[in-house]
Amino acid sequence: MISQLLFFCLFFAAIVLFTVNARRIYRNITLGKSIDCSDNPQKRIKTMLLVAFGQKKMFKNILPAVLHLFVYLGFCIINIEMLEIIIDGLFGTHRVFSSAGNIYNMLIYSFELLAFAVLTSCFIFLTRRNVSRIYRFRGRELTAWPKTDANIILVTEILLMTAFLFMNAADFKLQQLGFTNYHQAGAFPISQYLQGLLPDTPSSLVTIERFCWWFHIIGVLAFLNYLPLSKHLHIILAFPNTYFSKLAPKGKFENMASVTGEVRAMLDPSVAPPAGEISRFGVKDVHDLTWKNLLDAYTCTECGRCTAACPANITGKLLSPRKIMMDTRDRLEEVGRNIDKNGSFQDDSKSLIDHYISREEIWACTTCNACVEQCPVNINPLEIIMGLRQYAIMEESMAPASINAMFSNLENNGAPWKYAQADRANWTHM
Amino acid sequence: MTSTFHIPTVAEMQAKGETPDILFWVGCAGSFDERAQRITKDICKILNHVGIKYAILGVEESCTGDPAKRAGNEFLFQMQAMTNIQVLQGYAIKKIVTACPHCFNTIKNEYPGLGGHFDVIHHTQLIQSLIDEGKLRPADGHEFKGKRITYHDPCYLGRANEVYEAPRKALEVLDAELVELKRCRSNGLCCGAGGAQMFKEPEPGRKDVNIERTEEIISTEANVVAAACPFCMTMLRDGMKAKEKELDIQVLDIAEITAKANRL
Repeated sequence: MISQLLFFCLFFAAIVLFTVNARRIYRNITLGKSIDCSDNPQKRIKTMLLVAFGQKKMFKNILPAVLHLFVYLGFCIINIEMLEIIIDGLFGTHRVFSSAGNIYNMLIYSFELLAFAVLTSCFIFLTRRNVSRIYRFRGRELTAWPKTDANIILVTEILLMTAFLFMNAADFKLQQLGFTNYHQAGAFPISQYLQGLLPDTPSSLVTIERFCWWFHIIGVLAFLNYLPLSKHLHIILAFPNTYFSKLAPKGKFENMASVTGEVRAMLDPSVAPPAGEISRFGVKDVHDLTWKNLLDAYTCTECGRCTAACPANITGKLLSPRKIMMDTRDRLEEVGRNIDKNGSFQDDSKSLIDHYISREEIWACTTCNACVEQCPVNINPLEIIMGLRQYAIMEESMAPASINAMFSNLENNGAPWKYAQADRANWTHM
Repeated sequence: MTSTFHIPTVAEMQAKGETPDILFWVGCAGSFDERAQRITKDICKILNHVGIKYAILGVEESCTGDPAKRAGNEFLFQMQAMTNIQVLQGYAIKKIVTACPHCFNTIKNEYPGLGGHFDVIHHTQLIQSLIDEGKLRPADGHEFKGKRITYHDPCYLGRANEVYEAPRKALEVLDAELVELKRCRSNGLCCGAGGAQMFKEPEPGRKDVNIERTEEIISTEANVVAAACPFCMTMLRDGMKAKEKELDIQVLDIAEITAKANRL
C-alpha cells in the first residue's frame, strides 16, 4: 500500500512537472509570428507519416538509419510495457497483462529482442560520437553541454534497457523457483542468459527485481522531464514539425507581404501606400521569426546532417546550420526566462543577430538548400538566415560592399553587373 | 561568331502582328557574360533548328531580382519582379523558357504571388521534350561519343525544383560513358555562387566551395563536366583553372553539348 502511494505521488509529480515545462515551451513557440499552415492537410499528413513516422530521410545513410530505427521502435513498442508498469504500480498488481497468455508472451519476447537491439545501438552510437572521427559530431558548436547532453541521453537509455532486462531475468528466476506472486508469465529470449549473474536466494532476487522495476519507472519519469531541457525533444516534436513543414518547392522563398503594398504604391501612384507602421523588416530577434521557425529550433536534435552537407561549413567557413538552430533555441529560452521573471519581455539589449549569430555566418550561406534537404525532421535553417539578411539589408543597410555595388547596378542597369541596359541584346549581333 | 539567323524580339514580332509561342528569357549572365553568351546562342540555335516560334525581350528584359532577394533586399526584388511582370503581361506572354536556373526558380515560384502567372521551363526541360519528340537527335560520329561525362546539379534546378532527369536525359542520348559525382541529385554540392555569393568574396575558410566541387569532378576522371547554370559555369571554370585542369576537363552547358552533338 505504501509503495502504491509512493508510486502515485512520483507519477503525479512527474506528469505535473512535465506539463508545466510543456506549457512553457508551447508559450515560447507561440512568441513567434503567425503563419498559416492549415492548407492541404492530406499532403501534410502524408509528409508526417513518411518523414517522421516512416523516417524516410534517415535512410540517406543506411547504418545510422538502421540503428536509429531500432532505438525508435524500441522506444515506441517498449512503451506498451510502461503501461503495464503504471497499472501494476498504481493497483499493486504484478504483470497485469499476463492474463493475455500467449499474446503476452509474444509481447515480452519482442520487448526483450528490441531492448537488446536498443542497447547495442546505443553502445555503437556512443562509440561513433566519442571515438570515431565523424565530421558532424566534431563541430565547434558541439562541445560542452550539447556533447554532454547527447551522452547523458545514450547512457540513460542503456541504463533503462539494462534495468528492464535484469528485472525480467530476476522475475524469470523467481517464476522458476515458484515464488509467491511470481506466476509463470512472459518469454525471455535475452534475459534468460543473465540468470547466471543473479543470486539464488529468493529474497535477494525479489530485491533485485523490485529495484530494477523502480529504477526503470523512475528512470523513465525522470527522462520524460529531462526532455524539455535537452535536445531530445525531437521524439515528440518531429511529428508536428513535419506536419507543418513547407510544402512548396524548396526554391520558393516567401514574398514579404509588407513590402508588396509599398512597392505597388511606388510603381503606381494611383495606389495608396499601405496604412499603419510596419514593425520591422526581417529578423533581428526571435520575436521576428515565425512560430514554425521556433518549433524547428525546439525540434532540432543537433544531429548535424545539415552542417555536414553545408558547402560553407565543409570548406571551413564559420557558418553551421546546426548552430543557427541551437542559437535560435538558446536565445528563445533566454527570452522565455526573461518573460517568466518580468511578466513580459524586458529589453535586455541582446538580440539573435550579433549576440548569437554573427554577420560572417549569415553572409557565408549560398542558399543552396542542402541543410533543408538533409534534415530528417524537415527543419529549415535557411529561412532564419534569410530573415537575418533581410534585417541587415532593409533595417540597417549593412551589407558587404560588393553586395551594395550589386544592388546599385541592379537599380540602375537592371543587371547585377555594370552594363548598360541598352546593351543587353548586343550579343544578338556578335 | 556571328549568328547566321535572326533572333527576333517580342516587340518586333508584335509590330508584325505576331506573338511568340515561347519567350526565351535570356537572363543577365546570358546577356552580358561572354562565356554565357555562347550558351545563349546555342539555345537560340536549338530553338531555330526545331522551328519553334520564339522571341526574346531584348533591351526590355531586366534582372528577375533573384540576387537581390537572396541577399535580403526584398524591396529591390519586388520592384524588379513587378516591373518584369508588367512587361510580360503587356505582351501577353504565356510560356517562358529560361537559360538560368535562378531566373527559372524566381519566375516559377516567386512571381505568381506578385500576380505573374507564367508557364516556365528551364532549357534542359525543353531539350528533354524535344529529344522525346524526336526533334533532336545526336549526329552520327558526334564528338562526345565514348567520352566520359559527368553532370553537376545546379541547386536551383535540382534541390530547389527537383529537376534531376531532364539534363541527364540530354546526356543519356549521347552514347557516352556517364559517371555520377559522389554528391549528386538531391545531395548535390553547390558550386559556391548561389545566394548572391556570385557577387561577393567568400568568407574566410579552408578553401573555396568551387575548389571542393572541382576536386570531386576531377576525381571522376571525366573528360567533360556538364552544367546547366551560367553561375555554375563560371565557378567550375574558375575551379578548373585553379587546378590547372582546364585543358583536360571541359566545362560545357547541356545546351552546348546538345547543339554540338546535333551539329547545329
